[in-house]
Amino acid sequence: MADKPKLAMYWAASCGGCEIAVVNLHEKILDLDAAFDFFFCPCLLDTKISTIEALPDQEIAVTFFNGAIRTAENEEMARLLRRKSRLLIAFGTCATEGSIPGLANLSTREELLRTVYLDNPTIDNPEGILPLPSSEVAGGTLQLPVFYDRVLPLKQVVTVDYFIPGCPPEAHQIWNVVAAVAAGQPLPPPGSTLGAGQLSVCHECSRRKGEKKIARFYRTSEITPEPDICLLEQGLLCMGIATRDGCGAPCPQANMPCSGCYGPPAGVADQGAAMIAALGSILDPGDCRGKSEAEIAGQLAALLDTIPDYAGTFYKYSLAGSILGGRVKS
Amino acid sequence: MTALIREKEKNVAQAAYQPRIVGFLCNWCSYAGADKAGTAQIAYPANLQIIRVMCSGRVEPQFVLQAFKQGADGVLILACHPGDCHYKEGNLRAAQRHTLLLRVLEQLGIKRSRCRFDHVSAVEGEKFVRIIQEMVDELNNKKGE
Repeated sequence: MADKPKLAMYWAASCGGCEIAVVNLHEKILDLDAAFDFFFCPCLLDTKISTIEALPDQEIAVTFFNGAIRTAENEEMARLLRRKSRLLIAFGTCATEGSIPGLANLSTREELLRTVYLDNPTIDNPEGILPLPSSEVAGGTLQLPVFYDRVLPLKQVVTVDYFIPGCPPEAHQIWNVVAAVAAGQPLPPPGSTLGAGQLSVCHECSRRKGEKKIARFYRTSEITPEPDICLLEQGLLCMGIATRDGCGAPCPQANMPCSGCYGPPAGVADQGAAMIAALGSILDPGDCRGKSEAEIAGQLAALLDTIPDYAGTFYKYSLAGSILGGRVKS
Repeated sequence: MTALIREKEKNVAQAAYQPRIVGFLCNWCSYAGADKAGTAQIAYPANLQIIRVMCSGRVEPQFVLQAFKQGADGVLILACHPGDCHYKEGNLRAAQRHTLLLRVLEQLGIKRSRCRFDHVSAVEGEKFVRIIQEMVDELNNKKGE
């Protein structure tokens, strides 16, 4: 027991889906348990932080760190686990790119707190109490972790050895990584992405792809797509074209457009920008012959108006890790 | 006295502010247009850093975001006029990308006036100068707001 290498899993700003993905290993989780001493995972196990603190540095063989960095507590745990781990792996797209929590970067910290604690119609907070890092109460001082201005991906806080993208990562890909580490196989250079491909989801999607021209966008509820033809060609805003493969393209094969959860493909710094580049080239604003520049611009604007939320669609999973990282102060 | 000094420093700071504009110019038309302005010796503001690209269609939105991240106040993309593209439709694609990019930039807190797309042909040296002057004026006004 004591001889087995230690495996830890921690959640920062995340939903718990990454832990579910690990449990989705099904019976292979017994193999994982046979190869590792899976000793720390607040979602599943009752190990205390003091146990981690008491370990010698670099004692943990592998830490899967899921979730983005939202609070000072997230950062503190990231630093602690970095110190105690030989391999720190950003696990899931919250840790690699900020994912859904990262969309908070479209608002300021003050806007977020105001909406959540003051303005929501269901809020009853007549004294306007906001969470503070430190509050005096009758029994003494209460401490809360500081809520940061921005959501950060893990790599902006500590050095990350490897990245496993996915919201959540597919179980078979998790197993590939676990098996490779357990067998002591040589790993790619530090900083590489594991458990995913290098190309785009289109590479794995079996739908037929032809010349793309989009004259109108549809919401998924508006049409029943043809089963064999590329969803983007049918006007569904499929992010597969700007998203890393490795998932096996289950969404487009179930008639749902890819929402981009594996983040940008290899070599792409900004998933949203890649999607704008791809989409801008295939928009079809209709017949422009004999029309003025203003009329053509109007036709294009009408086409784009049918997309409900640009940043929320193109950067759904990668805003915090994108070039600008969110809304900037003008 | 201190207030006076502060006021003076503020004025100096405002006078010193010069918007920095990154310009992506297509090799075949707009860069030649800029060259035309040069050979005609038309004076224009020195706020523009020109990056020559083979086609405006080569300007990935990533380049624009990177420019803003590194502190550009404005980004200018100049292309051939519709129908004049050396690669047939690179400029049309660039125009569509720019329209879409503007909508995302607004959500990211970057105003429309900071990212401009226009057409400059190889003979339009004067138009090139006018565009830069307009953009510099606009960015200066915005900064003063």
